[in-house]
Amino acid sequence: MEFLQQLVNGVSLGSIYALIALGYTMVYGIVKLINFAHGDVFMVGAFIGFYSITILDLGFFPSLLISMVTCAILGVLIERIAYKPLRNATRIAALITAIGVSLLIEYGVIYVRGAQPEAYPGDLIPATSIDFLGVKVSSQSLMILGTSVVLMVLLQFIVHKTKIGKAMRAVSYDMDAARLMGINVNNTISATFAIGSALAGAAGVAFGMYYTKIEPLMGIIPGLKAFVAAVLGGIGIIPGAMVGGLLLGVIESLVSAAGFSLWRDGVAFVVLILILIFRPAGLFGKNVREKV
Amino acid sequence: MNMLKGAKGFWSSIVLAVVFGIAMQFLITGEIINFFYVNTLYFIGINIILAASLHLIIGITGQFSIGHAGFLAVGAYASAIITMKLELPFVLGLVAGGVAAAIAGLIIGIPTLRLKGDYLAIATLGFGEIVRIVFLNIEYVGGASGMTVTQLTTWPWLFGSILLTLLVIRNFTNSTHGRACISVRENEIAADAMGINTTYYKVVAFAIGAFFAGVAGALYAHNFFIIQPTNFGFLKSFDILIFVVLGGLGSMSGAVLAAILLTIVSTFLQSYPELRMIIYSLVLIIMMLYRPQGIMGTRELTSFFKFGKSAKGGVNDGSKNTVA
Repeated sequence: MEFLQQLVNGVSLGSIYALIALGYTMVYGIVKLINFAHGDVFMVGAFIGFYSITILDLGFFPSLLISMVTCAILGVLIERIAYKPLRNATRIAALITAIGVSLLIEYGVIYVRGAQPEAYPGDLIPATSIDFLGVKVSSQSLMILGTSVVLMVLLQFIVHKTKIGKAMRAVSYDMDAARLMGINVNNTISATFAIGSALAGAAGVAFGMYYTKIEPLMGIIPGLKAFVAAVLGGIGIIPGAMVGGLLLGVIESLVSAAGFSLWRDGVAFVVLILILIFRPAGLFGKNVREKV
Repeated sequence: MNMLKGAKGFWSSIVLAVVFGIAMQFLITGEIINFFYVNTLYFIGINIILAASLHLIIGITGQFSIGHAGFLAVGAYASAIITMKLELPFVLGLVAGGVAAAIAGLIIGIPTLRLKGDYLAIATLGFGEIVRIVFLNIEYVGGASGMTVTQLTTWPWLFGSILLTLLVIRNFTNSTHGRACISVRENEIAADAMGINTTYYKVVAFAIGAFFAGVAGALYAHNFFIIQPTNFGFLKSFDILIFVVLGGLGSMSGAVLAAILLTIVSTFLQSYPELRMIIYSLVLIIMMLYRPQGIMGTRELTSFFKFGKSAKGGVNDGSKNTVA
């Protein structure tokens, strides 16, 4: 039963990772950039959610929406200001810029509001728990899981059934060919950033609700782990990010359950290094031959 | 003849450096410069070693590693164990710090250096975090509360280490091995096709870089009174990265200059840590947008005195490609 309980916890945690990982994977798939600032967009989302709950006195879903919209705008701004001029620059220049943007957001937030942590209100949704086969599933976990599943289904719909989704797939397949076919590449990339950042914002609110504590530097570790999740599933592949996130969450919970809770943060990176060595294309990826 | 000329400049710069070192030693022991500045000087020195060692990995070999604080941590803890737990002399601590970090560099380098670009960056970042978490969980070295270390770092040790680091890295860069590393940076596939064992050179550069980062770690540990795993988070790695990026990817003097400059700036901004980070990050972004090759590009400081005529040969042989 203990095992099942940890599995449930792992799935809740994993669905948060999956939401963040989706943004990473979409952005990487389309512009081949590790958006280091993604974890910080997640942090900003958590704070926006917090402020709209405490100051504007809104419920969970309106706050979630506000946070998603604000993060989408933030993501587009980051892309337009920092990444767009570097689209033809080297990968390393883009990577360093992403690190710079990440630091700027973190310390910008600390500069504006201070580094002190904030406690998420616990009474956001009625705190009941359901007993299922002897496993306690809290309403929060259910809510997080439900939200993520709905958002992921929505994402699949957008990517596969709408025009912008088709454009996104085309641009990620071949940017130049897509441009020749009359697709507005810049808008498509912005849309990708917007969608990815909105998911990160939602993940931020969910994370705040689950862990109840948020702080300006909270985005770093979940951001990195979400990246690990994206690599685990195969970067650039949307279902891969979902599976990778869930898998990573479950692995972490099981490691904590085995009594190594202090090592939990390390496990994600061990997984990363192992997957990079043995299967760099990820679980869902195909090996691509290098051409000269 | 040309070689002799080069040797002359080389030896005269060493003599100059030694004179400077001795002069500083008198200034410090005579308490002419106050403690605050001496401390800043030590920080500058340690950062110079770190910047030069990362320069070898990123600037010369073109392997984008952002887990350098991991090697710093390995060196710091290894040397602290030698001097504090085993009560051996400081010099052994310095060597042990370097060797331990170099071994860590080999262990992490051999598997991860097969990766390229972004993946390598993330893998090294992950390695840095793993090192931090490992030290966090070892009770022998104090866990999260850290380990107290007596202050043993003195100017002669520091200066000697800086000199040795810069000399070794400079000579390595100008040797056959260094040229091979540069060819890996410029085009790995082409280097491979020319018969260069790219993996070997990448690992060697990585291990040497790690060795000096470990030495810097030993000096850092014995200057700081206490070492804690939190000192070696990846913000520290980014601190080192920014020296190399700002100075110019591929220029050792650039990295050293940036280390001096930024250490002084951050000393003055010590009371406003978040402002410091905001400035750092803005510098990084603006630098990448408008001058991605850094202040110096791949040029060295000495090339400014040569006015082009003897600028052929050496690293600054007009190769316009940089890592960035």
